[in-house]
Amino acid sequence: MKKIQNDAASALDGLLFDGMTIMAGGFGLCGIPENLIVAIRDSGVKDLTVISNNAGVDDFGLGLLLQTRQVKKMLSSYVGENKEFERQYLSGELELEFNPQGTLAERCRAGGAGIPGFYTKTGVGTRIAEGKEHKEFNGETYILETGLVADLAIVKAWKGDEQGNLIYRRTARNFNADMATAGKVTVAEVEEIVPLGSLDPNNIHTPSVFVHRIVKGEFEKRIEKVTTRERETA
Amino acid sequence: MADESKGWDRNQMAARAAQELKDGFYVNLGIGIPTLVANYIPEGVDVTLQSENGMLGMGPFPYEDEVDPDLINAGKQTITELRRTSYFSSAESFAMIRGGHINIAILGAMEVSEKGDLANWMIPGKLVKGMGGAMDLVAGVKKIVIVMDHASKSGSPKLLHECSLPLTGKEVVDMVITNLGVFEVERGKGMRLVELAPDVTVDYVKSLTEAKFEVAV
Repeated sequence: MKKIQNDAASALDGLLFDGMTIMAGGFGLCGIPENLIVAIRDSGVKDLTVISNNAGVDDFGLGLLLQTRQVKKMLSSYVGENKEFERQYLSGELELEFNPQGTLAERCRAGGAGIPGFYTKTGVGTRIAEGKEHKEFNGETYILETGLVADLAIVKAWKGDEQGNLIYRRTARNFNADMATAGKVTVAEVEEIVPLGSLDPNNIHTPSVFVHRIVKGEFEKRIEKVTTRERETA
Repeated sequence: MADESKGWDRNQMAARAAQELKDGFYVNLGIGIPTLVANYIPEGVDVTLQSENGMLGMGPFPYEDEVDPDLINAGKQTITELRRTSYFSSAESFAMIRGGHINIAILGAMEVSEKGDLANWMIPGKLVKGMGGAMDLVAGVKKIVIVMDHASKSGSPKLLHECSLPLTGKEVVDMVITNLGVFEVERGKGMRLVELAPDVTVDYVKSLTEAKFEVAV
């Protein structure tokens, strides 16, 4: 079966439907599937539930799907960089479920591993714990969190081969590796598609079984906070 | 009114917090004053900084020609790697945090209670930005040190009997470093003032504190 697609739109062909749940990898604007997000916007699919650590910025990343009101609900840990998000949330147009970042990551990992729930100390005694099962282990209280599976996971990797094996670069791995396992269908966009055998099998981050389609993208790679230091002058 | 010139400034608070770092520690630093702690790591103490977006061994900010969009910290700032650096996924990053493998986290706060409850993620009615990794850090890291201003600009205490804001964690704080001094919190035993900033009196601390605390300076 051929996994390689010609462009982002064909990579999503037949996968999108109104009301679906989409996981999108990335942390801030680092390692986001830029091209697939644009293709989802252009498709016009709506009432989406989007699972992503952040919500992009107003005019880039997932912010593009908020601009067009295609998102019904976000499941995130931090959304502080997006004014349109704030406006839609405060006016009640957008639902929001906050998850602690580690809980969100583990929910994706668990969902992808076929584990429907797990207990964690994170959030005990806070509003995150309200309504959740509490259980004691060795004298400490934990809460039950559930695994997540999405109709579609979109991830961004550095290099992928024709089989769909992926490697990520530096901190652009973040949620991508966990979410790649948790999509009923997972589509990866990569900076480079390389021939079979050119990735070191010892260093594959996402084995091909998790990846159903792969497409090469063109990346802007916007940086949210360029922070530098001065070179000491001799 | 709080006299903001009293006691330690931001850098001095960060330097005091850095004294809590021990050789060989794996350390997570929050955003704001905690980030400055990296500038004051004591001589002879070697620590490895964790960034919860997926990096161990965080280096300094890059020179302008080294900036890499694939290399950011949890505050979304560009940074650099070191020879010891490793990268990993979010789930593995929080396995380090929730599995108790990180020795210390130094974080900011809005409020801390005398029992060690922490509030630092939302103010109801204002924009809710989210907790990010803070709830996981306070639940899983062995020692939690808070660095914050002792009182608000108008003088209202931030060390309280009970937090008024939604909690990040219950009974999770081990130490609070403010511009006026250092407090230790022991689970079940409460808060103790163990150190005063220069020229700060116990009475002055009391005038800006609602929380009950023992004095051990």
